[in-house]
Amino acid sequence: MFAGLYIHIPFCLNKCPYCDFYSITDTSLHAVFLDALITEMQLIDHEGLHFDTLYVGGGTPSVLDVTSMERIIEFAHQSYPIDIASEITVEVNPGTVTLEQLKVYRRIGINRINIGIQSFHSNNLRFLQRSHSVSDINQTITWAVKAGFEKLGLDLIYGIPGQTTTSWLSDLQQAVASEPQHISCYSLIFEPGTPLDDGRLKGYVVPLSDENICNLYETARTFLTDKGYVQYEISNFAYTYGIESQPLNPEHNQSRHNLKYWSFAPYIGLGPSANSFIEPKRFWNHSSIEKYLADLADKRRPIEGIETLSQEQMMIEAIYLGLRQTKGISIDVFNSMFGQNFHARFKDTIEDLAEKGLVKCSQSHCALTPKGMLLLDSVVAVFT
Amino acid sequence: MINIRNFSIIAHIDHGKSTLSDRLIQATHVVLDRNFKNQILDSMDIERERGITIKSQTICLPYIYEGKQVYSLNLIDTPGHVDFTYEVSRALKSCEGALLLIDASQGVEAQTLANLYLAMEHELEIIPVINKVDLLSADIEKTKKQIEEDLGLDAESAILASAKEGTGIEEILEGIVKYLPPPSGDPQAPLKALIFDSHYDPFRGTIVHFRVFEGQVKPKDWVLFKSNNAVYRVEEVGIFQIERVPQKVISAGQVGYMIAGIKTVSDTRCGDTITLKDRPCKTPLSGFKEAKPVVFSSIYPVASDDYGDLSEGMEKLKLNDASLIYEKDSSIALGFGFRCGFLGLLHLEVVQERLEREYGLSLIITAPSVQYQIIMKNSGAINIDNPALYPDPAMIEQTKEPFIRASIIIPDRYMGQVMKLCLSRRGINKNYQYLTNDRLEMIFDLPLAEVVYDFYDILKSTTQGYGSFDYELIDFRETDLVKLDILINGDRVDAFSQLVHKDRAVERARYACEKLRDEIPRHMFKIAIQGAIGSNIIARKTISAFRKDVTAKCYGGDITRKRKLLEKQKKGKKRMKMVGQVMIPQSAFLSVLRADTG
Ligand SMILES: Nc1nc2c(ncn2[C@@H]2O[C@H](COP(=O)(O)OP(=O)(O)O)[C@@H](O)[C@H]2O)c(=O)[nH]1
Ligand code: SF4
Repeated sequence: MFAGLYIHIPFCLNKCPYCDFYSITDTSLHAVFLDALITEMQLIDHEGLHFDTLYVGGGTPSVLDVTSMERIIEFAHQSYPIDIASEITVEVNPGTVTLEQLKVYRRIGINRINIGIQSFHSNNLRFLQRSHSVSDINQTITWAVKAGFEKLGLDLIYGIPGQTTTSWLSDLQQAVASEPQHISCYSLIFEPGTPLDDGRLKGYVVPLSDENICNLYETARTFLTDKGYVQYEISNFAYTYGIESQPLNPEHNQSRHNLKYWSFAPYIGLGPSANSFIEPKRFWNHSSIEKYLADLADKRRPIEGIETLSQEQMMIEAIYLGLRQTKGISIDVFNSMFGQNFHARFKDTIEDLAEKGLVKCSQSHCALTPKGMLLLDSVVAVFT
Repeated sequence: MINIRNFSIIAHIDHGKSTLSDRLIQATHVVLDRNFKNQILDSMDIERERGITIKSQTICLPYIYEGKQVYSLNLIDTPGHVDFTYEVSRALKSCEGALLLIDASQGVEAQTLANLYLAMEHELEIIPVINKVDLLSADIEKTKKQIEEDLGLDAESAILASAKEGTGIEEILEGIVKYLPPPSGDPQAPLKALIFDSHYDPFRGTIVHFRVFEGQVKPKDWVLFKSNNAVYRVEEVGIFQIERVPQKVISAGQVGYMIAGIKTVSDTRCGDTITLKDRPCKTPLSGFKEAKPVVFSSIYPVASDDYGDLSEGMEKLKLNDASLIYEKDSSIALGFGFRCGFLGLLHLEVVQERLEREYGLSLIITAPSVQYQIIMKNSGAINIDNPALYPDPAMIEQTKEPFIRASIIIPDRYMGQVMKLCLSRRGINKNYQYLTNDRLEMIFDLPLAEVVYDFYDILKSTTQGYGSFDYELIDFRETDLVKLDILINGDRVDAFSQLVHKDRAVERARYACEKLRDEIPRHMFKIAIQGAIGSNIIARKTISAFRKDVTAKCYGGDITRKRKLLEKQKKGKKRMKMVGQVMIPQSAFLSVLRADTG
């Protein structure tokens, strides 16, 4: 099984009030970070893994200058066996890249670009306190296409207070108009500890009702499906047609890297707060640039925590992660992984959930229905 | 006997009873000062192991009056809640006098009154002690005025004290000798002694606390307990100091303990008379009441595999708690548990708390019920306290419920509100009389079922703490009873069933449904909560289904976080009960139990 390599770039222009990713805005640390990252690459063994995805995420990787990005990609190749046919993704934000930069990205082997658009409406961008404008978005998309990226992914956020079905539909329409291969629609989460959630607690921000959010979700699903995008995970859609509307292998445009998270494939994460998984261990780096730098200055692995999963814990994860995907849990994989008979063990649970219209099971797979998708967390709780 | 004084301290909570007791112990050198702390603590540790606190202890204080005469001052402690009025009355019956302790910064408070009136009923001599005079906020004059006007006592003789600083302690000791009468009684007459308390010792069995009124008792005597004619051979008698001190004999006027191979506390009955098997007294002491449970409820473990631990916990509690009765019970919804009888709701809470704390159990308590008499059409009468056993209404000829006669003592300005409260509880006003010029005693006949829940609490809040409440069971009267069931998504949950008066049924059903609606978390499906009498639905609430419960993002680090959450929920589930598909938290069972309907 191929592994994934993730590199976390912990820098952003501004901190968005809803964001709970680890990132900082201090540009003076770019250089030391880069050195530390390279040390980390030299320090962390590839563990005999072969990689077929590399994902540079963040943060906002595109705030680094191009030479930094070049070095990162170069050292990644030096330190880890990365397959020639790998999917190599970089996340960019509108307004943080130039056409030149994108051309360099393409030249150094980056073949997939994911743009954090969030919304085509300036009132939403203001609410989210994003530092880009609607024209930045359009320009970045145009440039990305021009630079020759054949795989373009766009991220959208829905469930923004004040958002209507009409305005959401127009976001979706504009996204589809630029013919991206991949669209992610994330429901706005009020993460504890974020300024957004503080606002909610203090009553300045009133979240949309569950009812409304469900409608927006349905709107996206119906609209995107209609346009040839197939939902393959709760928040992710991939275009399933190629040139001249030839149907593609459904996996063709899916995020190969992200699929690894949901299917127990091994991955190594580098950079502050990055997570790694090599069965049966999960470990994660410090969510602190200071600690990260300090450890690497001493040539220590910048690891904050590590856990070894029990079979029982893996099983909980397998169910949770499996059900996030529209294809569901693969029964054969599950059975061989845990030496259990899925159908026998969860017979009553499945029957009951099926009766409620939340799951549908075949001999080979057990998956959520669209209604079940919205209740994923509760459904999983029934299995545990 | 002339050198003995038996007394209690009557005080509102926090007015300084424990502090004063400690001072009296110290001043009389029961233990040497430098050992005081250690000894008390040592003894407390042992007491803790036995599951009782030093506070409910009786102690014999040796006191040298005016530097010559040695006196034995027996301080007898009393519990302080209406559920335990009877125990208090037995303790007071063992005394000739009492200290009435009043916090000078607070003045006379309500709780004191009930016990003071009890003391007066037993014709005890009362010495008012005004405590905490060291406080800047102490208002001695006002307190004296209250003593005179509210309590009708002579404030002239009041002793000023600060238990904290140790002032007034000598005056109190002197006062006890001077103003309290010595006991009387013929030491040569046949033994007549009163059991006023007992506790369990894992090595020696039951330790009986008693007061001798006539005659004497010594080791090797064969004693007879009047209430059940049980006979025991006395192994040891003695007096309480910090530890038990064995004596050759305990005779008329004295207070002490007895060890006689009595296996459990339940074999002794508070208020019972002890006499000699071969030379019995003719009549027992007056006022003995079998401590009868008045409230019945079932206790189940939240996790069914805790039944064994619960069973063990009940057995151990029973060793020390004669008034707790129980038998096995089972419920469709809750599995195996126990049906228990309690002296009152507070007693129930104490038992629950001890089981939860000392045995680490988490418990579900079903709605408390009183015991009804049901006369069947063709097969005589039965007593029912468990809704699960309520017969088919078609077979019932007549139902009777227990009534109490309540004595409520209040400042007269609350008369209107208290009247309203009692009438709303189906009470019948029998009488009222002024005790002092603004203090009133009201007599009501009330259905017991109407007072066991929350009556005392509401009375206290309506009268801002000034209402005292005492009651006795008087008789059974015809009533119109129905069995109220609660259905969750159509499933009858037997643990929620209750027996209620017909006029109350709708209100109670609504209340229960509302509480459950608030306590049961939302599910993936709609939950209907219904109150029903037979097949007749009288209240209904619904909990709407979740529309959405999903985490939008799940990459690298989210996975661990999410799994931990699921693991936490899984643990939480152990504290829930499944009824059909619905998870009912423990708090839901408790919320229905707290039926604070007005
Ligand atoms: N200032 C002052 N505080 C006192 C005095 N007697 C008791 N206290 C305090 O009042 C509180 C309650 O006393 P305690 O003896 O526990 O009261 P109990 O509930 O009646 O047993 C404690 O904080 C004592 O320290 C006193 O004479 N003066
Ligand atoms: S740009 Fe992205 S990573 Fe940076 S703060 Fe905003 S949401 Fe977070």
